[in-house]
Amino acid sequence: MSRKPLVRECPPTTWYFRQPRYLRYMSREITSVFVGAYCVLLVVGLQRLAAGPAAWEAFLLGLRSADSIVFHLLALAATFYHAATWFNATQKAMPIQVGEDFVPGNIISGAHYVAWAVLSVVVLFLAGVF
Amino acid sequence: MKERTIQLEVLRYNPDTDTEARFQRYEVVCQEEWVVLDALNKIKADIDPTLNYRWSCHMAVCGSCGMMINGEPKLSCHAFLRDYEGVIRVEPLAHFPVERDLVTAPDDFMEKLKRVKPYVIPKEKKPISEGEYKQTPAQLMKFRQYSMCINCMLCYAACPEYGLDPEFVGPAALTLAHRYNQDSRDGGRLARQEVVATHEGVWTCTFVGACSEVCPAHVDPASALQQMKITSSIDWIVEHLIPGGKSARDTVSREDAGDIS
Repeated sequence: MSRKPLVRECPPTTWYFRQPRYLRYMSREITSVFVGAYCVLLVVGLQRLAAGPAAWEAFLLGLRSADSIVFHLLALAATFYHAATWFNATQKAMPIQVGEDFVPGNIISGAHYVAWAVLSVVVLFLAGVF
Repeated sequence: MKERTIQLEVLRYNPDTDTEARFQRYEVVCQEEWVVLDALNKIKADIDPTLNYRWSCHMAVCGSCGMMINGEPKLSCHAFLRDYEGVIRVEPLAHFPVERDLVTAPDDFMEKLKRVKPYVIPKEKKPISEGEYKQTPAQLMKFRQYSMCINCMLCYAACPEYGLDPEFVGPAALTLAHRYNQDSRDGGRLARQEVVATHEGVWTCTFVGACSEVCPAHVDPASALQQMKITSSIDWIVEHLIPGGKSARDTVSREDAGDIS
């Protein structure tokens, strides 16, 4: 008997609507666009700083615009979400075995949140906030 | 015993007469505690003997009865009817060619399974007279969960990367590679890297994580693949960035790797 298997294609552009977990994955991935955009903004800021005081002041003024504030709020929210999904994933990528048992995953993820908080305080301290 | 009438919408495909698949609806009187597989068995016995599907153990051990149930990869012997409302849509496992009705062709998975050398390749060969290769409980725990795979292929049906790029070696096969890599008796990691540390190997995985969510045996393929990405990255750093670092591929010969093919 000859075989004639039917191939059901995975739709290349709409596959992520098939299951809620795919949409969650795509939302995680899409947040990196904001992370990338914010990095570009920092590079532009450095370039403006190098261009002299007038250029730097104009850049700072631009940051105070409504559009800029909306972008920063969106980028902040996206980065929080991105960081949280990343930290929650660390327990899968870096399981730690002690004797016959594994360290509970929430301790591994939790340690990343603690390190995040400590580093944020250090950055804020270096920036002169305290 | 409580009875309930269930409507099942089952994908049908007959390679001898059809050019495409179609859905067929069945109304089945079921017992409250039945699973989807029971309903299919009832259809086959009383309503439509032409319906084709695979099953064997009926207790989530053999891994034969994987199907898409309302779009979710499930073992049909593990999908209780009481957990569903309305019409239940039953399709063959996604991402595999459909042989007939709910029967898919597992050939691609079987070929990939072989490629990862899913067996212990002893670090050092020793005669039987020297006794067994011993292992502590801690050494066992290092790989135990990855040895629980029942080859049901639900993880492949859940993985969008496999659906989009069929060259991807995929969750279960790569997880088995990890299972043997983690085994204290094994010395075959470098040989497996020829499949693992490639674009079609772990680097096609983008950590969607669906494989681990659907696994009926509570294996965590997503974890195994991320761990192998880390070890593969370390191999690359040693090979390319550390002066005098040896290439993983150079240090292994097929003979040493115990290639039995």
